[in-house]
Amino acid sequence: MRSILQRGDKFQPLPTDDDRLDQQIPGDLWKKCPKCSELIYTRELENNLRVCPKCGNHFRLRARERIEQLVDPGSFVEWDAEVRPADPLEFSDPSGAYSDKLQATQRKSGEYEALITGFGTVDGRSIVVAVSDFDFLGASMGSVFGEKLTRAMERCAEAGTPLMSVNASGGARMHEGLFSLMQMAKTVAAFARLGEARVPHISLLADPCYGGVTASYATIADVIIAEPGTLVGFAGPRVIEQITKQKLPDGFQTAEFLLEHGMIDFIVERGDLKRTVAELLDHYARVHQVDRGESIPWQPNLARSNGVAPKAAKPGKKS
Amino acid sequence: MRRALNRRSESTATLEPVESVALTPWDRVKLARHQSRPHSLDYINVLFTGFIELHGDRLFGDDPAIVGGLARFGDRTIVVIGHQKGGDTRENIRRNFGMVRPEGYRKAERLMRHAEKFGIPVVTFIDTPGAEPGIGSEERGQGTAIAESLLTMAGLKTPIVAVIIGEGGSGGALAIGMADRMLMLENAVYAVASPEACAAILWKDAGKAPQAAETMRITAEDLLSFGIVDEVIPELVPAHENTHGTISAVGDAVQRALDELMEVVDQPSGLDRLMEQRYERFRRIGVWSEALPVAAE
Ligand SMILES: [Zn+2]
Repeated sequence: MRSILQRGDKFQPLPTDDDRLDQQIPGDLWKKCPKCSELIYTRELENNLRVCPKCGNHFRLRARERIEQLVDPGSFVEWDAEVRPADPLEFSDPSGAYSDKLQATQRKSGEYEALITGFGTVDGRSIVVAVSDFDFLGASMGSVFGEKLTRAMERCAEAGTPLMSVNASGGARMHEGLFSLMQMAKTVAAFARLGEARVPHISLLADPCYGGVTASYATIADVIIAEPGTLVGFAGPRVIEQITKQKLPDGFQTAEFLLEHGMIDFIVERGDLKRTVAELLDHYARVHQVDRGESIPWQPNLARSNGVAPKAAKPGKKS
Repeated sequence: MRRALNRRSESTATLEPVESVALTPWDRVKLARHQSRPHSLDYINVLFTGFIELHGDRLFGDDPAIVGGLARFGDRTIVVIGHQKGGDTRENIRRNFGMVRPEGYRKAERLMRHAEKFGIPVVTFIDTPGAEPGIGSEERGQGTAIAESLLTMAGLKTPIVAVIIGEGGSGGALAIGMADRMLMLENAVYAVASPEACAAILWKDAGKAPQAAETMRITAEDLLSFGIVDEVIPELVPAHENTHGTISAVGDAVQRALDELMEVVDQPSGLDRLMEQRYERFRRIGVWSEALPVAAE
């Protein structure tokens, strides 16, 4: 099964004019934290997973930065990189044609589309990742996004490999009209099949996550996680303010707000993400380990019991 | 065209066919939103008998922007669910202009499960500007409610027919529209965002909505050509000028669609085939290019 999943392409970066990928530019040696205004040495920020060492602000990650942080070095095999966007409506607005906008975005971002999918390992455990790139047209969900995610889910279902999606998105890709809206239905249907195959989907809501992605596969995952301070909602705050003429409450649509209202399972600091995902994967992996023979007795968790250990079960007895 | 938009009702209007080629997409947006256009309850009251409205999501409240319940259609029992706009301003305020809150989608989802439990087909009427943007709606998980409704429809083991009768407003419309058959009235529109919102974002001017409506390809004819909609129900005159004729035409189309779907279901492993067809129906939607031959398949 692994061979099916590991077939794919090695990533070949597009020529790019995004200076973030080029560490040599002097203006980019320092970054100012938008939250605490502290100037941080870029190298230090990278070493700290792009989390502000002073205030803990989680900077947004590009899709490939996220993948690099999440999966084991050298394990990532990209899928469906040759699936590229088209312009079914021949859409054009005063800023130009969608097809030109796509090309410009591809050059600027170094990506062909807003979703990157592929196979990797997390501390040795197999996983499929689907990571959106907010720098590509606000990671809006168009046909390619939906198709790549659906293919990934279908392969996960076939191979029994868990899926982790990382979801930052501005919503639907307006330039693709109703084709874009229908990707909500398509990806949810694929997720339903993943569920029938009893393959888990872990969703990380990343800053910012709005619209069609919030209203489809990302918020019905088996486990829904968010990083601190992440903004998640269906309608954008400005739209809500305009329409309701009400002042929005403090912390509105933050991960903390979602946790309080019961919409997500927990908040995880970026530094704990990989370990947390590994632990989750182990829980689901054990479910399928049947026919182990003898039952293994439980052991007190010394690490978490303040040194006062309860009595362990004796082998052979059910406790 | 302007005349057609301004005419109020059948009683004062002569039923002259409106030359459909003369209608721009923006004209259709205005027709689709026309306050006198028949809304879900008008269809329910004419097409069905014995309608018993079922209320509430069993969690938080009852959203008047969604109506639903059990009804008789010909010799069948169906579960009907629809967005409900008002025919006048007062009613429109009560119905929140057809903008649904999370409890509305959760009511719809509950009714769908009810239908599945008893093997009853589902008919939905789509007519909404979109899901409500609001503080309370966000607190109660608007996105999650829509997503859960979609998930329920994806696996619902009973036929679903959706009719877009007026305004198909984005995710708020799709939330009760993930159907085996999607029928659409000729002057209805279905869009990923309102033309005004699209114009405000991409044209930087909400006043350019007529141009956005053109560019967005939101008419029934467009969506039929994209394979997203299965059938366009003609409006020889706009629905608000020919209420009964329009409702009858919708009734005939729903009957045909249900007959076809029930024929599938009544065969051995029919429900499995229905599920397979529904999956494929949405699976194939999308346009992309594939630069190189696929290595892995
Ligand atoms: Zn900081």
